[in-house]
Amino acid sequence: MSQYKLVHCNINGRDVEKMVDVRASLTDMLRNDFRLLSVKKGCEVGECGACNVLIDGEAFNACIYLAVWAEGKHIRTLEGLTGPNGELSDIQQAFLDETAVQCGFCTPGFIMTAVEILETGKLYTDDELRKLLSGHLCRCTGYENILRAVKKTMYRRLGKQIDF
Amino acid sequence: MSKLGISEPRIDGYDKVTGRTKYYEDRVPPDALYVRIKHAERAHAIVRAIDSTKAEAIPGVVKVLSCFDVPDWPFPTAGHPWSMDPGHQDVADRQLLNRHVRYWGDDIAVVIAETELAAVQGVRALEVEYEEMPFVLDAQKAMEPGAPQIHERFPSNILKHTSYRKGDYQSAIQTPGLVKVEGWYETPTVQHCHIENHGCFAYMENGRITVVSSTQIPHIVRRIVGQALGRPWADIQIIKPYIGGGFGNKQDALYEPLCAWCCTQVGGRPVRIDCAREETFVSNRVRHAIRFHIVTWLRPNATIAARKVELWSNQGAYASHGHSIAAKAVNSFPQHYPCDNMEGDAWTVYTNRPAAGAMRGYGMPQASFADESNIDDCAAAMGMDPMEFRQLNIMPQGFHDSFSGNTNYYDSYRECMAKGAALIDYARKREEYSHQSGNLRRGIGVATFWYNTAVYPISLETSSNRMLLNLDGTVTMQCGETEIGQGADTAFAQMAAEALGLASYRDVHVVSCQDTDITPTGLGAYASRQTYVAGFSIRQTAELLKEKILNYAQSLTRQSPACMDIVDGVIVRKTDGSALMGLQELAMTAQYNPVHSEHLTAESSYTIRNNAYSFGCSFAEVEVDLALCKAQVIRMVNVHDCGSLINPALAEAQVHGGMSMAIGFGLSEQLLFDEKTGRPLNNNLLDYKLSTCMDHPNLEASFIENPEPSSPYGTKALGEPPACSGAPAIRNAILQATGVAIDQLPLNPHRLFAEFTKAGLIHDS
Amino acid sequence: MYDIKALYEAESVSDAIRLRLAHPEAQIIAGGSDVLVQMREGKRAGKELISIYMLDELRGVRLDEDDNIRIGSLTSFSHITRDPIIQQHCSVLGEAVDQVGSPQIRNIGTIGGNTCNGVTSADSASTLHALEAIVELTGADGVRRLPIHDFYIKAGVVDIRAEAGEIQTAILIPKESYENCYGKYIKYGMRNAMEIASLGCSVNVRLSPDKKYIRRCRIAYGVAGPVPMRVPSAEAVANGSPLTREMIDEFALAVLLDIQPRDSWRASKAFRQHIAVEMARRALTGSIERAGGVIV
Repeated sequence: MSQYKLVHCNINGRDVEKMVDVRASLTDMLRNDFRLLSVKKGCEVGECGACNVLIDGEAFNACIYLAVWAEGKHIRTLEGLTGPNGELSDIQQAFLDETAVQCGFCTPGFIMTAVEILETGKLYTDDELRKLLSGHLCRCTGYENILRAVKKTMYRRLGKQIDF
Repeated sequence: MSKLGISEPRIDGYDKVTGRTKYYEDRVPPDALYVRIKHAERAHAIVRAIDSTKAEAIPGVVKVLSCFDVPDWPFPTAGHPWSMDPGHQDVADRQLLNRHVRYWGDDIAVVIAETELAAVQGVRALEVEYEEMPFVLDAQKAMEPGAPQIHERFPSNILKHTSYRKGDYQSAIQTPGLVKVEGWYETPTVQHCHIENHGCFAYMENGRITVVSSTQIPHIVRRIVGQALGRPWADIQIIKPYIGGGFGNKQDALYEPLCAWCCTQVGGRPVRIDCAREETFVSNRVRHAIRFHIVTWLRPNATIAARKVELWSNQGAYASHGHSIAAKAVNSFPQHYPCDNMEGDAWTVYTNRPAAGAMRGYGMPQASFADESNIDDCAAAMGMDPMEFRQLNIMPQGFHDSFSGNTNYYDSYRECMAKGAALIDYARKREEYSHQSGNLRRGIGVATFWYNTAVYPISLETSSNRMLLNLDGTVTMQCGETEIGQGADTAFAQMAAEALGLASYRDVHVVSCQDTDITPTGLGAYASRQTYVAGFSIRQTAELLKEKILNYAQSLTRQSPACMDIVDGVIVRKTDGSALMGLQELAMTAQYNPVHSEHLTAESSYTIRNNAYSFGCSFAEVEVDLALCKAQVIRMVNVHDCGSLINPALAEAQVHGGMSMAIGFGLSEQLLFDEKTGRPLNNNLLDYKLSTCMDHPNLEASFIENPEPSSPYGTKALGEPPACSGAPAIRNAILQATGVAIDQLPLNPHRLFAEFTKAGLIHDS
Repeated sequence: MYDIKALYEAESVSDAIRLRLAHPEAQIIAGGSDVLVQMREGKRAGKELISIYMLDELRGVRLDEDDNIRIGSLTSFSHITRDPIIQQHCSVLGEAVDQVGSPQIRNIGTIGGNTCNGVTSADSASTLHALEAIVELTGADGVRRLPIHDFYIKAGVVDIRAEAGEIQTAILIPKESYENCYGKYIKYGMRNAMEIASLGCSVNVRLSPDKKYIRRCRIAYGVAGPVPMRVPSAEAVANGSPLTREMIDEFALAVLLDIQPRDSWRASKAFRQHIAVEMARRALTGSIERAGGVIV
């Protein structure tokens, strides 16, 4: 017996409401109901980070978050970062510039965590950055260029000279 | 200006950083039925019966199919080119669903349902009656008399045994004064762990079956689906969209045949199979666990007098790529450290583990671990620096392998080692770490490898290419070689722009998606062959198109084609470089010419009858915490000679990924099985220890660019090589740090605890 | 899509209690990082859930009227680590929960869920044992408080009375446990993130005013037994002792008298015992240093 609930939330700056199956994960809702296909499925148990989105500014794996909990929340996915005319945000551009993208499957999740990191406005050490990014698995890049992209963007936003 | 050797941004980069790139799951039709697979919960058994009554009663369940319903012929799955020689064809040893269960996780039934949940519930509701049989997980034990027989046609479970004899090993070792260095080296079962699981969907259109799949090898999969279903191969269309990594797992027909067959069982309605991560670990493919026995005999001058290598490769339940991996591993030894007297034997053996297939390195990470561990032990036995010992014995410049036709044109090994040693400050650190006490100890180690480029002469090497001149003067290009994340499409665009004389690589529109109905036949991404083999057909096709363009231009410019060239997208007179007409003008004129309209296109195939040595080395610096039994890589440098670089930034990124995989292989990754039941224990990303970004140092990649003479672009293998030498470099660094030579991967705390205890390095009182 | 039979969303604590009494078979779900994973595995498939995740009244850290630190049960790990009260008075707990899984897991995972699922490997649990934390349960009969040691009954089973409609509403760190106390938590994992502890060790000490002696020492482990446990033999060695290397070694070895790790495929008993000794040594050393003591 299916059970539904009307959920109101804000997704990428737009207020929306949707009747959702209470059994749905936030990944199900974002992919199936809103066609936000940057939310990827790599493990569905919160281990790989491919489905990571921001909820009220914090990073969450959408696979282990019930869709009904989105009620009243502000949710951001990678689609929300791109400007109305396709302009890239600085962190997206940095991923491109630093060759931090290969197969691209972990990329959306990584970028959204990077957004959370950058929005703190803090300057982190390399070790701190590694810890902050450690909820994402990547098999292509060895994380090297991803770290570089996040680090460079962090320095640029803070108007500081980079030390490497 | 050359389009080569430039770090251009990836052509698919924008879509990937905006989340627009479509992978198979983003293209599944909304009305597709869900297929979930019932995996056997026995390591070795015969399925007696499957009761589907309860499953069929679940609302939404459309159909249950089992191993009693499938076509009764076996098919091969390896992503190898087909061979017209029956003796060279892959072993056909599995069915779509199997009554004879050969590993815990074997496919025995499917539930097709309207919703994912109904399919999942349906699988849980199936009741299976097994006749249990004894099982075996170890390759050598599987060869023993009385071991469980896994496939009827293969006595003692030996899939294949090959050997070589060079010189006279037995006589050579009688020479007085030789030093014997003997070891047993072992690598574990590991998995590719691409972040996108394999999945696919299938539908029928006009009586034919289309499968959209996360695969590296669309054209090969078409053949295998045809074989599995008993349909003409042309009845099958495979479409490969962007994929989220492959690393060799998707160089196999995985669930495309089953998906296509399920589609035919529901009247051609669309059906989807989505592997869960747990299935990816167990029911796709893994890397072969290999045990090596190496005996090396050294002369007093530290040269190698004789060497014997035996290896046992754990194939798991089904042949997949089979003996190819073991053969590649065992054959690496005589070329890596040539010596006059060698014996090599390799056995590939069926066991009741998941099927092993291709994985980045294809036997070389295993061989390199064994070889380079033994070589460090040799250096230690002779009291020599490990790098010095290698420089003395490693493949010399000018070495020629008559089988592959490969020649070591340069002194690549020594150049790579010299560069790496300088980057990591090897000599100083080696000295600094030579006398240590205390709990924290550091060490530095080196390891080398060689790698073939492509698969000639073992299998067919062919590449096809199609180019279309567009009305704006750009070119659309289709290749059979696939983009799987490595950046192949971008390199191809650069290569084509160079060959055609276009202004920018952006003027080449690579059709990234392969569709076997449309794309010229190619073999796909494997064997680190992409830029090498595609180079031949891109160059050839570009020349054909250029010839057509210039021929057409002759009618407009009244210049002989021999007098013209294309430079930066403009047809110019060769003698003075003056512009005659732009490609756009030419294309428009040619297309809309009322008398002689022509769409300028070119297509060609190239049969590659070459191979090329790729070389490199890894240097690792480790810190070992003896009491905590932990080794941490604090610095790592890889140096590769993969010929000329088409796109240095992409090449560097490839190396980072391979180094990361090598660190995991060396320190933490291992798929474990319960000895009592054969059940996999850690088939998830929490319990399987894939490196996170907290487990790495900064990864440093460097290159020696010796242009490969046999390649039109001077390139050779890079995709797999970075994964080959990292683990033994770590092992050798731990050896320097602690004096303990550990010969079994991974070098995780469990292993270090056992070895350090044995060596008396740790105690609790 | 999860195989959930029915989902009841609590709108307040009293509503949660009512739902609990009305649906005694239902499983409470807080952040869900354990419950949903188990449900997908099939262990809890087809069950009813009572979600308390939306109850913001159970979030946050504050000092109560007796200066005990009161942590609402739904406070996420990351919020605990970032909380000024925790940072000022009880940083060892912030340090411990900052080693749970990954940043995303620390955003969804709650201290209530971490303790209520009763597993020995929970990163918060050993520290809460070492801090002699008090668990607050609220049910139809009102509030019940019990020491965390008594809350854990056996592996996977804690003292929550579903028949009384109880849910966990807070965890209290008594003033006596944190005042002038300094601690260190060490997690042993096979990699540096995304880990379940192979062993977790939490120590805290209060030194004498002259910083020459240990006034009070507490040590607790996760994964050293079926439930998180204190190590009285080691504490007895440290209590009242001077800050010497010998004492620390004796303290570390005394751990073996009390812990009972088991053999599993994740780690052998011998390995865990070896690691336990070394971790005790390092955690005590770190705690003393943080307290300003000098080891001689």
